[in-house]
Amino acid sequence: MRGTWIAAMLAAGLIGAAAAGGPAAGRPTVGLAISTLNNPFFVDLRDGAQAAAAKAGVTLVVLDAQNDPARQASSIEDLIAKKAGVVIINPTDSDAIVPTVKKLNAAKIPVITVDRAANGGTVAAHIASDNVAGGVMAADYVGRRLAGRGNVVMLEGIPGSSAARDRGQGFRQGLKKYPGIRLVASQTADFDRAKGLAVMENILQAQKKIDAVFAQNDEMALGAVQAIEAARRNRVMFVVGFDAIADALKAIREGKMAATIAQQPKEMGRLAVEAAATVLKGGAVPRFTPVPLRLVTK
Amino acid sequence: MAQPDVKAVGEAPARPAPAPVRLNLQRFGLTIAFVTLVAALALLSPAFLTAENLLNVARQVSINAIIAAGMTFVILTAGIDLSVGSLLALAGAIMAGALKGGVPLALSLLAGLAAGTGFGVVNGLAVANGRVAPFIVTLAMLTIARGATLVYTGGRPISDLGPAFDWLGGGDLGGIPVPVIIMVLVFAAAYVMLTQMIVGRYIYAIGGNAEAARLSGVNVGRTTVLVYALSGLLSAVAAVILTARLDSAQPTAGLGYELDAIAAVVLGGTTLMGGEGGIGGTLLGAFLIGVLNNGLNLLNVSSFYQQVVKGLVILLAVLVDQRLRRRGGRRRAA
Repeated sequence: MRGTWIAAMLAAGLIGAAAAGGPAAGRPTVGLAISTLNNPFFVDLRDGAQAAAAKAGVTLVVLDAQNDPARQASSIEDLIAKKAGVVIINPTDSDAIVPTVKKLNAAKIPVITVDRAANGGTVAAHIASDNVAGGVMAADYVGRRLAGRGNVVMLEGIPGSSAARDRGQGFRQGLKKYPGIRLVASQTADFDRAKGLAVMENILQAQKKIDAVFAQNDEMALGAVQAIEAARRNRVMFVVGFDAIADALKAIREGKMAATIAQQPKEMGRLAVEAAATVLKGGAVPRFTPVPLRLVTK
Repeated sequence: MAQPDVKAVGEAPARPAPAPVRLNLQRFGLTIAFVTLVAALALLSPAFLTAENLLNVARQVSINAIIAAGMTFVILTAGIDLSVGSLLALAGAIMAGALKGGVPLALSLLAGLAAGTGFGVVNGLAVANGRVAPFIVTLAMLTIARGATLVYTGGRPISDLGPAFDWLGGGDLGGIPVPVIIMVLVFAAAYVMLTQMIVGRYIYAIGGNAEAARLSGVNVGRTTVLVYALSGLLSAVAAVILTARLDSAQPTAGLGYELDAIAAVVLGGTTLMGGEGGIGGTLLGAFLIGVLNNGLNLLNVSSFYQQVVKGLVILLAVLVDQRLRRRGGRRRAA
């Protein structure tokens, strides 16, 4: 409750400050509509954007939708009324944002999406993590650490989801460089820790020799760690996750997990604002800009 | 269908009705489906029929089976409990939160079990006194309890709960995993309740015909509250096992568990109309689902095909069961 209230005050304050300071400074205004600032990931994204805005000489107006699509829509309407130069949107929902994108199109204000895409309307640029590259990165880590030989297990995310598809594709693609490594099992555990535990238990029964496990997110990786420890096989295999959530970073520090792939929200914010500045000057930007990922180990 | 049950109620105080032979015939079909599945998996995977893997399956099945035991009580009264997965998450979070806050283990467990039971009582009161359909009451509770869990945890898992607590999920007594022992105790108690105690006859009677049960002196309200309370309590028992196994209470724990539990109950021959079925079938139903999940993982079946295969096997099991049941019915009539 109190958090919401404070966030509302902050948002109001930011809009007020922008309204007061923006035109006076005579600098172009860029809106940044964030899904929620109640998540460290998006706070980092905002910080990166603000730093880049200061450098690029644009005024950045940050709006926090608190994960409410209606709030996001109405706050962006305010930006249209204020005639913002470019609006960067991190949608709360890829479908719900479409009418708002179309309104911006009608007002001839260029739109840039970041992290989550919009499922309709015209978007000048989309900036998001490259999940395929992340999968390749995980495969490279596994391949190098096993010196090109060994048995590997993959735990997949929700079948049909884009993250599962891209991370899995990248991992398989990356393993092609290491013909001595066999993917002995690849099973879905729905990005869920409890399922990661059960599925890994079953795979441990079927596969007597496993050298490494790649889980397409950290939740499943942490479930797998529990299963492997219970089977007392943690000395002979290591686990690599994805996302760099707090529990996983702790597990890496304690040596229970080997590595995880981290997204770089600050980079995301920086690239979004730089693209906005280019658009303001009338320059061309690529339709999709992949944000590089980072391997985190102990 | 309701007729024999109503009669049984009238007689109940005098003597419990004899365990009907009919039940065994009903379970026959599922048993055949189960044995066939086990035989097929034993042929296909050398890792399946080992003592180690069978204990592994039993340990995995325990969570769904314990929830399904509570669900059996509810469904026998012609009700349904959709809130079990959320209650599991809430009870797990409360236990883990208390433990992390320095509350002794026994008291933390008690707090979680009390929370599950308490929310179950609320379900039961709303169904019995509010005269709202159980589907709606427990659907509302599903969102309330999930929301409460998110508020309590701030959306973050509560991890590192200590070896004493983790033993409840990962430990064993004489080689038998603790979760399996808990499951056996739960089913033994449920079996005694349903077949040897008067309250068991009441539960069947309410499902057969609530109005007739009321007229023959059954306290329908109190029995209804009892079954939902038991369902909440058993969700919390399952929460102990899941939380201990993960060494972490997850705010998203138990999502969709209500469907697995209902599937186990219905596969086990308890009808959604109430009044007919039993706890033994539920155990078999839960094991069928668990063995299927285990087998698909052992055979490394692609995740896309897995869902198709899972659905087909469950459908096939029910069809075999229905067919044999009808034949059994005819034989009985003859």
